[in-house]
Amino acid sequence: MAKPVIEIRDLTKVYKMGDFEVRALNGVNLTVDTGEFVAIMGPSGSGKSTLMNILGCLDRPTAGTYLLDDVDVSQLDRDERAVIRNAKIGFVFQSFNLLARTSAVENTELPLLYGEFGWARAQRRKAAMDALHRVGLQGREQNQPSQLSGGQQQRVAIARALVTNPAILLADEPTGNLDSQTSEEIMGIFQALNDEGKTVVLITHEPDIAEHAKRIVHVRDGVIQQDQRIAQRRAAAAKRAAS
Amino acid sequence: MKNSIQRMGNITIVGLKAISRNKLRSFLTALGIIIGVGCVIAVVAIGNGATKSVENTINSLGTNYIMVFPGASTSGGARMFTGNSALTPEDAEGIKQECPAVSYVSPTVRTAAQVVAGELNWGTSIQGASTDYPLIRSWNVAQGTFFTDADVKAAAKVCVVGSTVVDNLFPNADAIGQIVRIKNVPFRVVGVLEKKGGNMMGQDQDDTIIAPYTTVMKRLSGKTKLDMIQVSAASADQVQEAQNQVDAYLRQRHRIPPGGDADFQMRSQEEIAQTQAASMGILRNLLLAIAAVSLFVGGIGIMNIMLVSVTERTREIGIRMAIGAKGRHVMLQFLFEAVTLAIVGGVIGVGMGVGASVLVARFLKWPIIVTPTSILMSFGVAAAVGIFFGFYPARKAARLDPIDALRYE
Repeated sequence: MAKPVIEIRDLTKVYKMGDFEVRALNGVNLTVDTGEFVAIMGPSGSGKSTLMNILGCLDRPTAGTYLLDDVDVSQLDRDERAVIRNAKIGFVFQSFNLLARTSAVENTELPLLYGEFGWARAQRRKAAMDALHRVGLQGREQNQPSQLSGGQQQRVAIARALVTNPAILLADEPTGNLDSQTSEEIMGIFQALNDEGKTVVLITHEPDIAEHAKRIVHVRDGVIQQDQRIAQRRAAAAKRAAS
Repeated sequence: MKNSIQRMGNITIVGLKAISRNKLRSFLTALGIIIGVGCVIAVVAIGNGATKSVENTINSLGTNYIMVFPGASTSGGARMFTGNSALTPEDAEGIKQECPAVSYVSPTVRTAAQVVAGELNWGTSIQGASTDYPLIRSWNVAQGTFFTDADVKAAAKVCVVGSTVVDNLFPNADAIGQIVRIKNVPFRVVGVLEKKGGNMMGQDQDDTIIAPYTTVMKRLSGKTKLDMIQVSAASADQVQEAQNQVDAYLRQRHRIPPGGDADFQMRSQEEIAQTQAASMGILRNLLLAIAAVSLFVGGIGIMNIMLVSVTERTREIGIRMAIGAKGRHVMLQFLFEAVTLAIVGGVIGVGMGVGASVLVARFLKWPIIVTPTSILMSFGVAAAVGIFFGFYPARKAARLDPIDALRYE
């Protein structure tokens, strides 16, 4: 029996805009077990982004509890959340968000500079290299983002997310800026990582991307509308070869 | 603890990389500090040098030195400095005889002329003096002899020349015995003065010709009054006494009632030193104020660029925060960038300041004194400017919300 890595109970997020109150999340309950591949879907304004921000410990809920890897992270302050993000969460963003004029391996190393790792330079470098190799970027370690294709940049971002060995990979529209073939490649990487046991949470609004997951959660109007498990996930067309 | 030290190191490297990625901009940012620190170093070095130089020249006047020069005079009820001197050679002669506290007296007249020797000519200042002059100024001849009392009495056409004049008129020959024509009057060179160097105003004291005052008055300037009487007190203790005696004597001679305005003024070496020090001090404070302003402007430049940089790198800040940078890590990174810019600017500024001082020293012939204190102070101030003006942008960066920062376009 897999143990839960994410447990959300009655999660509410209210934004105050002057006299108005916007209830972005209105009592969300969600459990994600270790090794799952969950896609969170929903139209814009559904509360999907708010949920993703809270899942990623970028924001905290107005009410409700959020246990991440058995730690209650729902009421942590800024700095404590930074530590949790560093240790437990690997982010992959739509726009890659790599540092410009910084090599792939240095971008990958970045999270190791901030955490409680206490690793020597060589150890960090090795971890970054390993992560880059896991996403199929052998030979591109010294390339800067401007010298890499979109797909390769997203692979660097995935390597950066992996390097700390986080509890979850949190991917926010990771294929939004990529063509369909490259999207397939990226989804292939996520699937392969999931096969190796990584928990992946994917936020997307594209159904055919969501179909790569094993479970699709539909969010609408701040609540979970539908939670379906996919018996046969869609296999990514391309495998993990370097492109 | 070990981790946080290591993390500090990591963040430092991050800051350094950001600076080296934007070399031109970093340089322009630091330019304000470079100029500011350069100014401070140069001003302090030149100021110290000038003060030293003033001390040297004033001391070289001798501690017994007193200058008597014409003062305001009253004519028809209107009191003014007319430029017409009331001092006569007889005044000088009388001072020497009637004032026991005075040991040497030289009547002095000055003029400037183009001096010709053979093919060469040179514009210089001509001083008329008596044989006491070398004793008053402790300035001896290096070659030949000074002119004699007989020369003065006879208004002989003889002169002694400074070393700069020799260099320009007799570059390859012995000057002694040569003829120089001053305003078409031929003078025979009897002596060459010792090299004395620049004075406190940066003037070359060796660029001069000294002739008997009688000759200068009769043949060159046509003046009947003196420009100045230079006096030497018998000893350093008697300067005040000598001044009192000269004052009493001249008042009596010029029939000035007690309490009336004298038609002459006196300055002792010490008073000259004080006046000079005061004006030097004002000049130095003025320049330091300018330097302080430029450091301030430099600091604002750093703040400006850091603010631009924070805005421009909002995305980067968001990324760093998303992957685990705490607010204070981001703050340290930007603060470190600002301080590094300021300190690198400071280092370059020290170099430029020293360079500028050396140039000034060469052209103005002032000694320069670069003190370690001024260098350390400049560093300190530069670092402080970096921290002070880097703080606000750094805090702004640290307070960004990661969600907004990531979404920033």
